[in-house]
Amino acid sequence: MQQSTSDNEVLLDEYTSDYEIGQDNVQALGLDFHNPVFAISSVAVILFVVFTLSFPETAESWFGTLRPWLTTKFDWFFMIAANALLLFCIVLVVSPVGSVRIGGPDAKPLYGYASWVSMLFAAGIGIGIMFYAVLEPMNHLLTPPLGLDGLAPTAQRELAMAATIFHWAIHPWAMYAVVGLALAFFSYNKGLPLIVRSAMYPVLGERVWGWPGHIIDVLAVFATLFGLATSLGYGAEQIAGGLNYLFGFPEGAGMTVSIVAVITVMAIVSVVRGLDGGIKRLSEANMVMAAGLGLFVLLAGPTLATLGAVFDNTVAYFRHMPALSNWIGREDSDFYHGWTTFYWSWWIAFSPFVGMFIARISSGRTVREFLIVSILAPSSIFIAWMTIFGYAAMDQYLVDGYRGVVDTVEAFQPELSTFAFLAEYPLPMLTSVVGIILVVVFFVTSMDSGALVVDTMTAGGKIDAPMAQRVFWCCFLGLIGIALLQGGGLSSLQALSLATGFPFALVVLLMAVSLYKGLAAERELLQAEENPDV
Amino acid sequence: MYKHIGVPVDLAHRDELDKALDTACTLASTFGARMTLLAVAGPAPGGAAHSPRELAGKLDALASRLAGRSGQVVATRVEVVGDPVADLDRALNRQFHELGVDLVVMASHMPGIRDYVFHSNAGFLASHTDLSVFVVRD
Repeated sequence: MQQSTSDNEVLLDEYTSDYEIGQDNVQALGLDFHNPVFAISSVAVILFVVFTLSFPETAESWFGTLRPWLTTKFDWFFMIAANALLLFCIVLVVSPVGSVRIGGPDAKPLYGYASWVSMLFAAGIGIGIMFYAVLEPMNHLLTPPLGLDGLAPTAQRELAMAATIFHWAIHPWAMYAVVGLALAFFSYNKGLPLIVRSAMYPVLGERVWGWPGHIIDVLAVFATLFGLATSLGYGAEQIAGGLNYLFGFPEGAGMTVSIVAVITVMAIVSVVRGLDGGIKRLSEANMVMAAGLGLFVLLAGPTLATLGAVFDNTVAYFRHMPALSNWIGREDSDFYHGWTTFYWSWWIAFSPFVGMFIARISSGRTVREFLIVSILAPSSIFIAWMTIFGYAAMDQYLVDGYRGVVDTVEAFQPELSTFAFLAEYPLPMLTSVVGIILVVVFFVTSMDSGALVVDTMTAGGKIDAPMAQRVFWCCFLGLIGIALLQGGGLSSLQALSLATGFPFALVVLLMAVSLYKGLAAERELLQAEENPDV
Repeated sequence: MYKHIGVPVDLAHRDELDKALDTACTLASTFGARMTLLAVAGPAPGGAAHSPRELAGKLDALASRLAGRSGQVVATRVEVVGDPVADLDRALNRQFHELGVDLVVMASHMPGIRDYVFHSNAGFLASHTDLSVFVVRD
């Protein structure tokens, strides 16, 4: 007399395992965590923070040089990896495996398109729209990439926008889509735990449950925690800078620590309210608020020219993409290493976090639908937003001669670029406050989704581990941020986090191989089920 | 007095359910009520099963045994939610109302320090639903 509301099914093949979710977990004091991933991750994170606080100069010289060394020495590798992952996504979309449904043939999506896209955006790199939409196009206008100096003004603007869009649209989302799809497929379709190592099962086999898998998961926790905690620290400094710029609030340790504390408390409330009551609602609210701000700037700025520029910039982006993606014979080192390969390592370092969160909210979609929406929807939002803000900012400078934004670019103050830009439009105080609220809410959703993901990673893939653990990770993130704000070392540990982009680039490429093998086998199984006599 | 008894079931903690299931069976026999076993799970594999369908199969097997024991009809339902930890309480309340349950028999741990911060699921349901709730301590 079953009345099941779900028909998700695991089809058995060589990519399923006898491994039981939680079989290596320890249950104590009402908690449920993986042994040894939880212990190693927590202790390693604490040790690195203590080391960085105790020996800041040594940490700076060790970790600070690691990331630029990797992104300069292995620039070709990051470029090839990013291009290969994008091509891989295109292949999956057009190939027959695109019809495989995540969670089984009868699985239903848990979230509608609007909520799904809002959450994709808010948990990942959505916050970039507040810091780089104005600064980056202006920077590329002042120092053009690809060595293309002396272009006509219109072409120069399009190149600046194309280069910005190149970093924020399509490529990063393709990286996240591969990780998210691999994790979702091997978990929902093959019954493996929802942890990063599971996506390596076809490559590593049963060894994935031993130390090779432990190392992958610990690295994922490490990259997520440090990446988020240091971003939070910088974010607090940026919010403090904004409050000082707008209202003359005093800057300093007290202010930044208070901001982290407030964001952490808000994130804990969001964590306790869960995915639907917390992240989903905040993400949707943020999307509405962002849309309102974007619409205001569009109407207050050169409206018709900007609308035309959305199309022109998209065309320019695709026209310049081959040159911008090229890794051979590049002579624009400042742009190539300072921006592109830096971003690529950043995106890939964040891929376990963003990918895992995307996997968490994406069951019930087909592979094709998952890839098209998770790559094109956020990319379209970025293209529209970056054009509205970037084009208008360039207009302020080139047409009106306003240097407010240029000054923040030359001083590299991403936190002030947007405010300097909004100052030229009506109601600057109101729009700037909306900007600050957007930044705070983006941080809250990032921390909440980070705590959710780290909790699952350290609970052996259990998504129903006790709520107290999620709260613990949220507090832990806030405390690391506060410790680094007080003791210094934000840049060192962020550099260390970004350096994990290199090993993860390898892991993600292997994931793509695993994913293709798994999807191809799944499709064969489904066909055999549909046509048992063939 | 009661026509339909709902029993929340977490098969990952099967060993802690015996007393609540015995109570539910006894009440079902006494009142001639049917029972529904309700499991709330995420789409991802968990401690109880690798997929919601496998979970449904295990729940059906348990329902068959309980039907034999109580002599009453025992149905099952698996509700898939995005975040089973946070959504459990509201999902139970919603599903039991949808099913037309008039009594919930629910296992719960002994209250401890943790319960001052995080309410128990049975505690939440008893405080927030208009259904009758029978909380069974393990």
